Amino acid sequence: MRDNVRIIKDSLFKILVYSLAFLSIVPLLMIILQIVKNGASVITLKFFLRLPQPPGESGGGILNSLIGTFMLVILASTLAIPVGVATGIFLAEVKNKFTEFLGTLVNVLQGLPSIVVGILAYLWVVKPMGGFSAFSGAVALSIMMLPMIIKTTEETVRLIPFSLKEASFSLGANYTKTILKVIIPASAGGILSGIIIGISRIVGETAPLLFTAFGNPYVNLNPAKPVDALPLLIFNYAMSPYDEWHKIAWGTSLVLIVIVLGLNLLTKVAGKKWKTKF
Amino acid sequence: MKSDSIFKAMLYTGGVIVALLVVFSFISLFRASWLSIRQFGLKFILSPVWNPVSEKFGALPFITGTLATSILALFISLPFSISIALLVGVYLPDGFLKNSLSYATDLLAGIPSIIYGFWGLFSLVPLMRKMEIKIGILPYGVGILTASIVLAIMIIPYTSSISREVISMVPEDIKEAGFALGATTREVIFKIILPYARSGIFAGILLAFGRAFGETMAVTMVIGNSNFMPKNIFSPANTMASVIANEFTEATKDIHLSSLIQIGLWLFIFTFLINLLGNIVVNKFRVESRK
Repeated sequence: MRDNVRIIKDSLFKILVYSLAFLSIVPLLMIILQIVKNGASVITLKFFLRLPQPPGESGGGILNSLIGTFMLVILASTLAIPVGVATGIFLAEVKNKFTEFLGTLVNVLQGLPSIVVGILAYLWVVKPMGGFSAFSGAVALSIMMLPMIIKTTEETVRLIPFSLKEASFSLGANYTKTILKVIIPASAGGILSGIIIGISRIVGETAPLLFTAFGNPYVNLNPAKPVDALPLLIFNYAMSPYDEWHKIAWGTSLVLIVIVLGLNLLTKVAGKKWKTKF
Repeated sequence: MKSDSIFKAMLYTGGVIVALLVVFSFISLFRASWLSIRQFGLKFILSPVWNPVSEKFGALPFITGTLATSILALFISLPFSISIALLVGVYLPDGFLKNSLSYATDLLAGIPSIIYGFWGLFSLVPLMRKMEIKIGILPYGVGILTASIVLAIMIIPYTSSISREVISMVPEDIKEAGFALGATTREVIFKIILPYARSGIFAGILLAFGRAFGETMAVTMVIGNSNFMPKNIFSPANTMASVIANEFTEATKDIHLSSLIQIGLWLFIFTFLINLLGNIVVNKFRVESRK
């Protein structure tokens, strides 16, 4: 009798776990479905090639924010990759009190709320430069992607067996050559996927851009001037009272989701293909 | 060997830049908030009045808003994320379903918060409004509960992936010992797996809390942006992050800007402590389970 109760309890709990787990996927599926449904009808070739139109006029596009996002990502990567990769190798290669402390700081950096990063870029770049700019947005985004690059580089470099290094040293290569010609090529796949994960995180970041890149209804290629970005456009259009703009925001959300999920899939594929195996 | 020392110096430089970045973040925030720290002192976090016109700045409504939304979000998301972790870590056998479930939660963790906010504004807010009309309260639609639900959906992938990792680290032999004694799966979960993984799951919850705490966009879009003390969980409110997002570009007075930056400083300090604690617990758990 007691055993029956235990078995019934066990089955009930199993049902509960299954239903809660699948229930939690529901809102996530709803989000994707709704974005595809509302966004797909807006997307045409013109959508990518035209500038935003004033409220009331139809046929606006997202060319300015597409170019802006592209520019921000390139600038931010240029700033973050060298520092990030160097720090990652440093953390993997050197073991002392400073690197231990640095590891903690990297975790702190990763947990920093994006809005605070925005304030920092405002204080460090916008204020001294006297105005909003693409460059200040890129500084904020580079701070956001740094911890990702550092962590994946560190983890990958740690995986490389010591024998590989020994072989390089025994052939007479010095430390610099060993790192540049043996360690970095051997861990290229991991480092690359870290960079792509970093990019996929910053493509959708909005908060750090609110008072740095600021937004711009025209195409701008000057890093010292404000630019628009896809997530900024979604925010501004979603909060506006115009139906036409809401439609564009749905379309832009679809574009953004495709970019982010595409980048994520790319890291999974890249991770498998160039996996650092030893 | 000269090139070696130059190269090593370059690696060190990278590390030093990152360390200085964090240190200077704190110093810059502190300096920029000094004006408001000097003027309001401790009253800044205790006063419930935030009025840019009369230049009275107290952050209590926003601290309340942040605590309310993130704690509520945590409670809503917990049963779901633990269920996912148990399903993937205990119930499902290795195979297609298990892989695709963990794959899906990983991908969903990557969706930008602005998209959750946008969806919340156009789907969840009308739904909440209908519900509020039914139970007979002011149908704002936006408010603390709405923001908490959006936050909960956002942090489910996060908590579940950490819990999953922790549950997978529970040694096979003690689970098998439980089964061998005739325990049901439920009993193994409650008497062996969860007690063993307790500290790791706690750390996962802390890290998810840290994320909910600083989340900006998703919350800003659905919380209603009201600068008064929230009365109940249906009230429109503001969180520390959302008030910065709303008012920063509009702040023309120095004291207003400085007060907003001071809120940023507190966000920095709180998330710093939460993440530090979370990481210490997770690392301790990793070391212990390796023994």
